[in-house]
Amino acid sequence: MDRIASLFATKKNRIISVYFTAGFPQLHDTVTIIKELAHQGVDMIEIGIPYSDPMADGPVIQHSSQQALENGMSQKLLFEQLATIRQEVSIPLVFMGYLNTIMQFGFERFCQQAAHIGIDGLIIPDIPLDVYVKEYKTIVEQYGLKFILLITPETTEERIRQIDAVSSGFVYMVSSAATTGSQQSFDTEKQAYFQRIAEMKLQNPTLVGFGVSNNSTYEAACTYANGAIIGSEFIKQLQKQSSISLAVSTLVSTIKGS
Amino acid sequence: MKYAVDNNGYYGKFGGAYVPEILHKNVSELQERYLTIMQDSAFQKELNQLLHDYVGRPTSLYFATRLSQFVGAKVYLKREDLCHTGAHKLNNALGQILLAKHMGKTRIVAETGAGQHGVATATVCALMNMECVVYMGETDVKRQYLNVQRMYMLGAKVVPVTSGNKTLKDATNEAIRDWTCNPKDTFYIIGSVVGPHPYPDMVARFQAVISEEIMWQLQQHENTSYPDYVIACVGGGSNAAGSFYHFLEHDSVKLIAAEAAGLGVDTNESAATIHLGREGILHGSKTLIMQTDDGQIVEPYSISAGLDYPGIGPMHAFLAESGRAQVYAITDDEALQAALQLTRLEGIIPAIESSHALVVLAKHSFKPNDVIVLTVSGRGDKDMETYCNRLTF
Ligand SMILES: Cc1ncc(COP(=O)(O)O)c(C=O)c1O
Repeated sequence: MDRIASLFATKKNRIISVYFTAGFPQLHDTVTIIKELAHQGVDMIEIGIPYSDPMADGPVIQHSSQQALENGMSQKLLFEQLATIRQEVSIPLVFMGYLNTIMQFGFERFCQQAAHIGIDGLIIPDIPLDVYVKEYKTIVEQYGLKFILLITPETTEERIRQIDAVSSGFVYMVSSAATTGSQQSFDTEKQAYFQRIAEMKLQNPTLVGFGVSNNSTYEAACTYANGAIIGSEFIKQLQKQSSISLAVSTLVSTIKGS
Repeated sequence: MKYAVDNNGYYGKFGGAYVPEILHKNVSELQERYLTIMQDSAFQKELNQLLHDYVGRPTSLYFATRLSQFVGAKVYLKREDLCHTGAHKLNNALGQILLAKHMGKTRIVAETGAGQHGVATATVCALMNMECVVYMGETDVKRQYLNVQRMYMLGAKVVPVTSGNKTLKDATNEAIRDWTCNPKDTFYIIGSVVGPHPYPDMVARFQAVISEEIMWQLQQHENTSYPDYVIACVGGGSNAAGSFYHFLEHDSVKLIAAEAAGLGVDTNESAATIHLGREGILHGSKTLIMQTDDGQIVEPYSISAGLDYPGIGPMHAFLAESGRAQVYAITDDEALQAALQLTRLEGIIPAIESSHALVVLAKHSFKPNDVIVLTVSGRGDKDMETYCNRLTF
């Protein structure tokens, strides 16, 4: 069984997936951050590929992407940094990036190299469902990668079914009409949306992302989904704490409320 | 229809709608409804009335006698500089706000670079009594002080954008993010033929009034609706799209676009997207983009704030690729000289953007009987500081 499927098979709830931007805060922190997250019990990692114009991201991730690019991060360097990552960690690793940089690298070449180093899946928010099915699905599947599509409060039930049918690994539930960024709590409207999705009983597991920043938002996510994805809050901790290890431990205890 | 957008929103391989899922509902609703609304007779009546009474259309097609003598061909100027607020931008802003009203939206967001589209949007929002938020790069806010004040006076909120390079592309990102966060009540009025389908086609249709008028106006002057050449400048490409629109399928009408070369196409200080760009995705559209080998978007440079966009409307990428349009890259200095020349020959101070198109008159070789229509997209009032600093009168 592949790594993402076996994660969801063995752990049905309270999954914590953490996003970070490759090349931030320091250019060569990538492997250290991945090892530290795995070591401190995070279940899955999203490795952000920095882009100059990240349309779906709020200020915190935008800033980290810009800093990473100034530090010198590139697609080629990222593959070099991750070349032997599978000797270090065994939890699922997912790439999150935008289509333009991947296109310039060559979409197929990107998939081939990602699969080769042991990446499990891709999240590319500006590839819409129809384009994915028509142009990219065959390539992604040829290299054995999962493709995680997003659903939002604006997505109709019919379309959610289509997305669930095409998505693999899990479905990414965007918490609200928003870009990425921390929120203090999820109000009743958002929780009603989570519940509506839970009641649809999708074939894929679901993780809630965008806005998960503390124990209250994490618990709300876990009530209705298999777990949560945390991004901006981790980037903030990386900025604030004196070491990567401390950033990870602070994040984990903030989220778990311990 | 070889050059029209196809059913999936593509011009050849360019175009499409590469938007995050959160915008899917808004964009697909717009895709489904824009043509029906635009073809509705009540909508058309309201739009045409306002174009006539408020914008001041038709704008004149002016035979430029002294300029023609200088060029050695018959040159007509399509005077979009005479539109209310000073440029063609209002044609589009007016069309889109009426569409937004029809779709029940109550809040408008827009991006602006030089401030012309921001002013046009703020103007129609005042007219329609709608909330208006204009995103503008912090660098441009400082550079375009008077346009910012105009927007404030018109009642708009101007949000300085501090992300990225703090210019037009970043303002566009921020406008899209705003729309993402407010998908229910908000309509995004894009300023050019860029963005996800249906924006490029929709904006081209709202600007198509330019070539519609050229056809009947030229008929009166020359006894034919079809000139030999149509020339326009391209930033995103909306005034060019409107000027070309009704001639696209008539191969006898040669189309020429002028993009901004800045200091020169080989200098790294350029905005000549068609010459220098590679295929990629920007602001929801597959088109030619100025970018690094790694796919990071490059900040373009031009003296003209209205032409320094790192992408180009997908329609123009296709027109250039297919050879239907010829594209010249015009430097800052060439445009400045052409501005002064038009001013002295015809008493018309053009916008610095439009001046790029004027340079084509000297670069291309024309025959004495050629009938040329050149679109003067805007007036030069907003550029007086640049002209004062860079030209000796
Ligand atoms: C006077 C004028 N001309 C041209 C442009 C370029 O836009 P487009 O290529 O969409 O016509 C602008 C943009 O601000 C403008 O103000």
